[in-house]
Amino acid sequence: MDTERLIGELVAGLEPVERLRSPAVRALQWLAVVAAVSLAVILGFANLEEFRHRAADPRVAAECIATALTGMAAILAAFELSVPGRPVRWAALPVPPLVAWLAASGLGCLRNGFGHGVGESSHCFVFIAAASVPLAVSLMWMLRRARPIAPLPVAALGALGAAATAAFVLEFFHPFDVTVIDLLLHLSAVAVVMVAVTWLRRPLLGVADPARGGPP
Amino acid sequence: MEAEARRAERDLEWSQLMRAAQAGDRQAYERLLREVTPIVRALARRRCVIREDVEEIVQETLLTVHRVRHTYDPGRPFLPWLSSIAVRRSIDALRRRRRIERHEMRADDLGTPGTAGSGPVRGGLESVPQADETFIEDAANTEAEGLRAAQELGQLLERLPARQREAIESLKLKEMSVAEAAAASGQSAGALKVNAHRALKTLRRLFQQRPSN
Repeated sequence: MDTERLIGELVAGLEPVERLRSPAVRALQWLAVVAAVSLAVILGFANLEEFRHRAADPRVAAECIATALTGMAAILAAFELSVPGRPVRWAALPVPPLVAWLAASGLGCLRNGFGHGVGESSHCFVFIAAASVPLAVSLMWMLRRARPIAPLPVAALGALGAAATAAFVLEFFHPFDVTVIDLLLHLSAVAVVMVAVTWLRRPLLGVADPARGGPP
Repeated sequence: MEAEARRAERDLEWSQLMRAAQAGDRQAYERLLREVTPIVRALARRRCVIREDVEEIVQETLLTVHRVRHTYDPGRPFLPWLSSIAVRRSIDALRRRRRIERHEMRADDLGTPGTAGSGPVRGGLESVPQADETFIEDAANTEAEGLRAAQELGQLLERLPARQREAIESLKLKEMSVAEAAAASGQSAGALKVNAHRALKTLRRLFQQRPSN
């Protein structure tokens, strides 16, 4: 088909479209729903007295804030990059809070040492991985409306956002201070979620690969 | 300075045309697509050294513009939005080209007929019937053998998925150009090429699995 004919067909098939809301507004919508659900879960099931006691430690408070900021920043970046023409530097937005999260957790490891085997820490891995599933699926469902032209960074950032959000909620159900094993399990869970979502990015985001013969 | 002002003015105009297109204004959309096509072509040429891929990138960019037009925010400049789509489609074309070349190299590694005797398969469809040749004397490749090979090929083609069969028939058997085949089949040029290569790969596999092998 020549380009002239293609233009003719595209023009003939033009229908009015509803413009997508700004990425920031859509990110806030998703975060608002997740915040409401998380709040209900935390108020319903978490031991808030114990959390209050733990959060009195500035290191734990900093860790919680940095985890939440990592999630929010990654999700905002995923929404921004799902739309064509947004600068790639959005991908760097979650880096500072992620570094702060790792630093705060690392400080806890220095204080608390290696830990005594995996034991209860395995629950953290399961919690982050399991909670990330509905978070990531709902996030990808919202992101797919933009039909991202470069799905890899969108999926990776979205997965980081979902896993970090799950890790933040985990803080309310984490009765013990972080050890090296805890941190490794938390990071492994985040990595597993990122690899899985990135692997499944095309079906999750509903985009084919034009380099493998899919429609552009 | 003046050139910059002109660029900004032109960008604003395209932005307004796209806003109208989002509302369903076909005239505005047609004008926009016609005006931006040379820009997209220039961007594709800058990124792609293979001339035959340039028009394919242009068409895939226009298709993507159509598909994601709801993501354009008229409050933002139009050209970065368009450029990012064109750049992405250029990258996809390069990846596709590399994939195709890799497949061709792998197929070439299997050996060429007549050189090793036992290496019956080469990269192209034309090599499939040749696998029955003895290469000892021409007379051995009789008309009857040619007919049998053609029938066998027909049976193998029947076993291909529809889109792969369509691609191989139009590009290799009917010897249509990619553009003609794309117009006839409704598949994009890129999809046709990939489907044709997949078809060759499937044919090679099916051929090697024949009972006589």
